[in-house]
Amino acid sequence: MKTLRTIATLAAAVLALATPLAAQSEVNLLNVSYDPTRELYQDYNAAFAKYWKGKGGDTVTVKQSHGGSGKQARAVIDGLDADVVTLALAYDIDEIADKAKLIPANWQKRLPHNSSPYTSTIVFLVRKGNPKKVRDWNDLVRPDVKVITPNPKTSGGARWNYLAAWGYALKQKGGSEAKAKEFVTKLFRNVPILDSGARGSTTTFVQRGQGDVLLAWENEAFLAVNELGKDKFEIVVPSVSILAEPPVTVVDKVVDRKGTRKVAEEYLKYLYTPAGQEIAAKHYYRPIDKKVAAKYAKAFPKVKLFTIDDTFGGWKAAQKKHFADGGVFDQIYGPGK
Amino acid sequence: MSSSAPSPSRTRTEPAPVRWALIITALLFLGLFLFVPLAAVFAQAFEKGWDAYLAAIREPDALAAVKLTLITAAISVPVNLIFGVVAAWAIAKFEFRGKQLLITLIDLPFSVSPVISGLIYVLLFGLQGWLGPWLQAHDIKIIFAVPGIVLATVFVTFPFVARELIPLMEAQGKDEEEAAITLGASGFQTFWRVTIPNIKWGLLYGVILCNARAMGEFGAVSVVSGHIRGSTNTIPLHVEILYNEYNYVAAFAVASLLALLALVTLVVKSFVEWRMRELS
Amino acid sequence: MATRPITRNTVIPGFTPTLGYTVFYLSLIVLLPLSALVVKTASLTWGEFFATVTAPRVVASYKVTFGAALAAAGVNALFGLLVAWVLVRYRLPGKRFIDALVDFPFALPTAVAGITLSSVYAANGWLGQYLEPRGIKVAFTPVGIFVAMTFIGLPFVVRTVQPVLEELEQEVEEAAACLGANRWQTFRRVLLPELLPALLTGFALAFARGVGEYGSIIFIAGNMPMVSEITPLLIITKLEQYDYAGATAIATVMLLFSFLMLLTVNLLQKWSRRHAA
Repeated sequence: MKTLRTIATLAAAVLALATPLAAQSEVNLLNVSYDPTRELYQDYNAAFAKYWKGKGGDTVTVKQSHGGSGKQARAVIDGLDADVVTLALAYDIDEIADKAKLIPANWQKRLPHNSSPYTSTIVFLVRKGNPKKVRDWNDLVRPDVKVITPNPKTSGGARWNYLAAWGYALKQKGGSEAKAKEFVTKLFRNVPILDSGARGSTTTFVQRGQGDVLLAWENEAFLAVNELGKDKFEIVVPSVSILAEPPVTVVDKVVDRKGTRKVAEEYLKYLYTPAGQEIAAKHYYRPIDKKVAAKYAKAFPKVKLFTIDDTFGGWKAAQKKHFADGGVFDQIYGPGK
Repeated sequence: MSSSAPSPSRTRTEPAPVRWALIITALLFLGLFLFVPLAAVFAQAFEKGWDAYLAAIREPDALAAVKLTLITAAISVPVNLIFGVVAAWAIAKFEFRGKQLLITLIDLPFSVSPVISGLIYVLLFGLQGWLGPWLQAHDIKIIFAVPGIVLATVFVTFPFVARELIPLMEAQGKDEEEAAITLGASGFQTFWRVTIPNIKWGLLYGVILCNARAMGEFGAVSVVSGHIRGSTNTIPLHVEILYNEYNYVAAFAVASLLALLALVTLVVKSFVEWRMRELS
Repeated sequence: MATRPITRNTVIPGFTPTLGYTVFYLSLIVLLPLSALVVKTASLTWGEFFATVTAPRVVASYKVTFGAALAAAGVNALFGLLVAWVLVRYRLPGKRFIDALVDFPFALPTAVAGITLSSVYAANGWLGQYLEPRGIKVAFTPVGIFVAMTFIGLPFVVRTVQPVLEELEQEVEEAAACLGANRWQTFRRVLLPELLPALLTGFALAFARGVGEYGSIIFIAGNMPMVSEITPLLIITKLEQYDYAGATAIATVMLLFSFLMLLTVNLLQKWSRRHAA
């Protein structure tokens, strides 16, 4: 009996701790995002709270949750109360619409520019002085080059890496689907370690000293160089790459239940204002606002970009063909190869 | 000389060369698999000096993580301790059919991948799961909140105390308890006066292991936590966040807090030894 | 109650309440949640289930995972016994400190363990720099998986053997010595049978823990398909594609494997105890 009472008391204590403090003229938003955006949203949340207060709104506290894009989308599907999601690729948000019906299917049409307030691309990070003379995608299939990338099956960023390589091969003279497959297969033969996430790969490359080239988001590459040593690494921009559009949306069912729709929508709209765009640019995301883009033009190297929609027919098609079980990526690693 | 190591009589020890060979082999093994990784954790934690170390563990998010971890352990260790003692009593003191099956089922949470231990609670309590919609309608949060973290931890640390006690109590048999009962002691008296002193070390190791795992669990908790900074991050999750921010020093500093648990072990064990000597 | 007591006229009280509570708590905390796994798997047809769990990559991952776990548990059984022996029987400066450190692999979050081990055993690490030139590659190979599993399973054997060793009565050994047995004979004939059940328990637990381990391994394994990809990683991969049924199917197979393995060890243990008696 005594033990039961102890358990009951303890359980009550937990529940008391778990219940969030009642909000009074104070709004709590939860932004569920992917790994590389933590620094960006840390700054942005502070800026938005100030802006919203200045407009006569409530005190906004934005809580952040970061992790692999797919894992985060799953958490939202399974009931993580996200007011807004800001993920690595549209496919993950499509799944939230599809599997949990928390947002309408046409969510991507609700905000300008495919609901992507900033863009990025895939570049190469190499060791200082570029000892292996890596200039473009075709250098990655040379037998003496070791490439580090996360596993496209578990990392959103790695899917962009893979598709960028595929797109490059497709767009070469005489390029074809078969040639592209051969190229990507050869590239992955040069990959000695497949980490499960983008930051894991960065660590493998930077801290463990593995590999000659790291395929990475442009913003991640900038961050890695600035945080981990300008004297040790440099960025190589390939001749052509993919336009990565990380999308954002309000999670309708959640904001309506919590009564936070207005703030949540403003929170995302503010990303499109010059002030929001500046913050994005400072964190090495390419701004879509023309003026801000012009101001930061020097920071972002010029590169020819193709999009997922015109080269691969959108995320759903790309996912199914390349990354689903038995898809092209699995064939690369099929038995006996 | 500690009471745990009886003074070596000639009939109970080996010749010096054998002794030294055994000691050196054991130390080599521990060195390779234990001391070096441990030293690496502290070396990286103190890479930027004492101040950076202190700053990392005083940071509000770190403190919130420490608090959550302590709460989680404070609940999961006692409930599993009670279960462990009760189960060990039933299994070691009585004969019944299906005993090995029962023991195996108790072992099972060890072999369940942490990933899966988190997933099962998502399948049960998640929005797409069995109870999720009902829970949401009643505004009860289990996963992506503290109760989910506690549940996952209880599951992961479930077998520790029981598995520590079962082989020990079986090895000891039940003669002493039977004698006590025959002499007129009640069941509880027998348990407190006869059984507990006999199983003290096993009980202590069980609790220590259970506590260590409860505080250090990463995989299962990661699935049910939701990773909300400052509210649902435990120490291991906070370490991962810091590491992913390339803040290696802070990550290892916070991780080293968990390594310091070993020192707590040391203190607790010495205290128990001291108490035992006082009592006898 | 599922089991019927064959109480063998013991006078010790408390059989029904203790067993009742054990079964109840076990059902609530372990069996009920695990049934969710099986139910989810049941949404697949038999054909789909077999196709999922016998795909070549999945089979390759079973081999890596179970092989490495077996090797790691074996090494831990041997050296864990040795460490427990040294800690209980010998005088040694700093012994108590070493004793306390044994729990360290449990307390260290698995992700940190993985990161630390890969930093120590990588080519530029403290140990890797000496091993790699000699052709011993540990980090980012299947050997790395073995190292990580040995690390996380290390406390099990030590901590299960240690209390039994501490409670062992010295009269038995002295009697054996009086009867003319040398130390090795005493150990083999008298001590080992006493320690064997605990040793087997430790082995089984270390093995079970290794099989399920994920957090520490992915940092040191290299995760190459067919070579160093562990089964829990494949489960994660399935989850990433929102294939919950596929993930639970593989998880169920792992659970079944481990259950049979643990059951075998537990039966073996019962047999060894009867044999010793």
